[in-house]
Amino acid sequence: MEEGVYRAVSGGRIALQRRQYSASCREFSVRCPRLQLRSLSAATCSVWLAAYGLFVLSQNSMVLSAAIFITLIGLIVYLHFVKIDQESLLVIGSLGIQMTSSYASGKENTTFIEMSQVKDVVINEAIYMQKVIYYLCILLQDPREPHGVSEVVPLFQSSKPRLDCLVEVYRSCQEILEQRKT
Amino acid sequence: MVLRSSGIAVMVLKVFFPSCCATAESGLLIGRWIPEQNSAVVLAVVHFPFIPGQVKQYLSEVQRVTQINMCVLGSWSNSKQEKEEVLDKFLEDLSTIFSHEPWIQLSKERDSKFWSCCIFQKYPSSPKEDEFILVYYDQRKVMLSQLHPTDNLTTSADHKGNDASKLGAVFDTVAKSKVLFMTDRYDDGPIKLTHWQSEGVEASIIVELMKQASVPVCMLLTFLLSLVSSVCKSRVLKFWPLSFIWSKLSTCEQLGHRMEHLQIISSNRKAQNQTQLMRKANIFVSLLIDMALGILLMSWLYRENRIGQLADTLIPVADHIAKELQDLLQWLMGVPAGLKMNRALDQVLGRFFLYHIHLWISYIHLMSPFIEMILWYVGLSACLGLTVALSILSDIIALLTFHIYCFYVYGARLYCLKIYGLSSLWRLFRGKKWNVLRQRVDSCSYDLDQLFIGTLLFTILLFLLPTTALYYLVFTLLRLLVVVVQGLIHLLVDLIDSLPLYSVILRLCRSYRLAGWWRMLPTMLLSSACCQSVSMYCLAGSS
Repeated sequence: MEEGVYRAVSGGRIALQRRQYSASCREFSVRCPRLQLRSLSAATCSVWLAAYGLFVLSQNSMVLSAAIFITLIGLIVYLHFVKIDQESLLVIGSLGIQMTSSYASGKENTTFIEMSQVKDVVINEAIYMQKVIYYLCILLQDPREPHGVSEVVPLFQSSKPRLDCLVEVYRSCQEILEQRKT
Repeated sequence: MVLRSSGIAVMVLKVFFPSCCATAESGLLIGRWIPEQNSAVVLAVVHFPFIPGQVKQYLSEVQRVTQINMCVLGSWSNSKQEKEEVLDKFLEDLSTIFSHEPWIQLSKERDSKFWSCCIFQKYPSSPKEDEFILVYYDQRKVMLSQLHPTDNLTTSADHKGNDASKLGAVFDTVAKSKVLFMTDRYDDGPIKLTHWQSEGVEASIIVELMKQASVPVCMLLTFLLSLVSSVCKSRVLKFWPLSFIWSKLSTCEQLGHRMEHLQIISSNRKAQNQTQLMRKANIFVSLLIDMALGILLMSWLYRENRIGQLADTLIPVADHIAKELQDLLQWLMGVPAGLKMNRALDQVLGRFFLYHIHLWISYIHLMSPFIEMILWYVGLSACLGLTVALSILSDIIALLTFHIYCFYVYGARLYCLKIYGLSSLWRLFRGKKWNVLRQRVDSCSYDLDQLFIGTLLFTILLFLLPTTALYYLVFTLLRLLVVVVQGLIHLLVDLIDSLPLYSVILRLCRSYRLAGWWRMLPTMLLSSACCQSVSMYCLAGSS
């Protein structure tokens, strides 16, 4: 198992873990930057300051309890539906590719793609506002048209690693994908 | 390991092993071998002692019933001590009795996590790598997950093994072999099997009782429905005024709809495929919920004399509407919104409509003593379902606002005639004519007196246009209001009719029964072997 520290597109530090189970089975996990304490306290403080301002204006104490409620519910919703802790990619030659995202609350979201549907794994570029970012994606084959691409499935969408990390993952994936075409 | 290039894709051997058999006693592995994908699906383990002839006979029987190619795939040994020579020899002998290519030999020591797998091939056709993949699957969930075939699966039946979903074949195999799962090792037969039902056959008394009771209930329902439909189709009800009324009333439409649904549910034939089964289940749940809501409504309505209160408020409401309409017409007859109307036409139209309202109010007052009784009996029909009650409400609204409908029709007719006349005379003004034969506008030379009368009529119609247009606009808006209210009620009725509640609840509670196959495999145990030792990695997850 190898671990490396890289940077995400936004500048945060991410960690890439590579495990090789066998010659045709590899797993890559990218751990996203954690929830920062200062952003959490900034959000909480701003909500509570706004609530206190409203309370001073309206003299209704329900505003304060509502603010506490909103903060708690908002935090739970954020941890369960928005904040992704780790994204992993499991490539098993001749069976398929499985992508798992695990959220901060423990929820896991899995997608599995059969190997017969996978055409190739490539690194694409995208222009986002003023930046050009690279992302790794799986090209799916159209069963009716062997030379066409029916769908593009982007990987590591929340952690957004930079090109150096993507190149490592790409090389490993290509080694496995080549085996099926020998 | 060097892979030799042979021009064809090398497929690694895959074995799908059910998780419930991991603790089973030693025995034979039976299942299906899919040669196109180089994978073996293990369905159950047959325990020692057995007679090979009986095993083969049993397998051929099961094959006949389920249409799946079942055979003995290999051997499974789960023993306390280290591998013995005697056991090895015995297992090799088995491979000669049940010849199958390739012969899979799985073994596990009782308290260890390590498995050992060997594959024997008599005639290796191509140099294969000695790697294979063992996939651990939850048999019960795989069996219950009803796959919805996508379009390319159903249309390209000839590419079944090749480029259509490979794992779909595995799911299909497990789902079709329900017959195999009916006997297990506690039964007193020659064959003792272990599979997911070995922990105990799952059944529920309520489900069994309902299954037994459903047959006579269905027959009774079919009989009643045939009676009702024969009554409905009798000639008496088909005469012209009656058939016109039946077609206009939304209650009759809704009742017909529901009878169709009941016919679908109570039919004797079993559902052919998954979509039909889901449709029947959805209709059944929708009917149940409908009746429950209808009975709830009835119990609320018949308490505390609400019907009487409703009937008492109905007449004043109708009066109020009539009064509002009269005020509106007075306003139109005066100077509406500052527009100057043609006094004579205005008065004529206004008085005409006012007389209509007067007639309508007299009819309503004539009916007022009977309203409560009618409402009481009509409210009883709410027990047939909330949708029927809502349709009746929509019909009552239509009947109460019938005069608005009449006004709309009159206003629209007048306006239509006027526009027709105006457009035709405008053409005359310009010296053109509509050629009916050629469906186009042609030039035409008119006589002088034709032109004179035409221009006169044109001027009259043009100056009367604002009046008619205003009446038309007002009554169209009123009619639109009524139509919107009725439309909302019909929307609600359609929603209750067609919402697939059963599917929604199934998705929320037992999502594995509905999952598409690619979401079914977060739990996968995989391993690759070099013929000697296997290390297991279990990816835990839930579907």
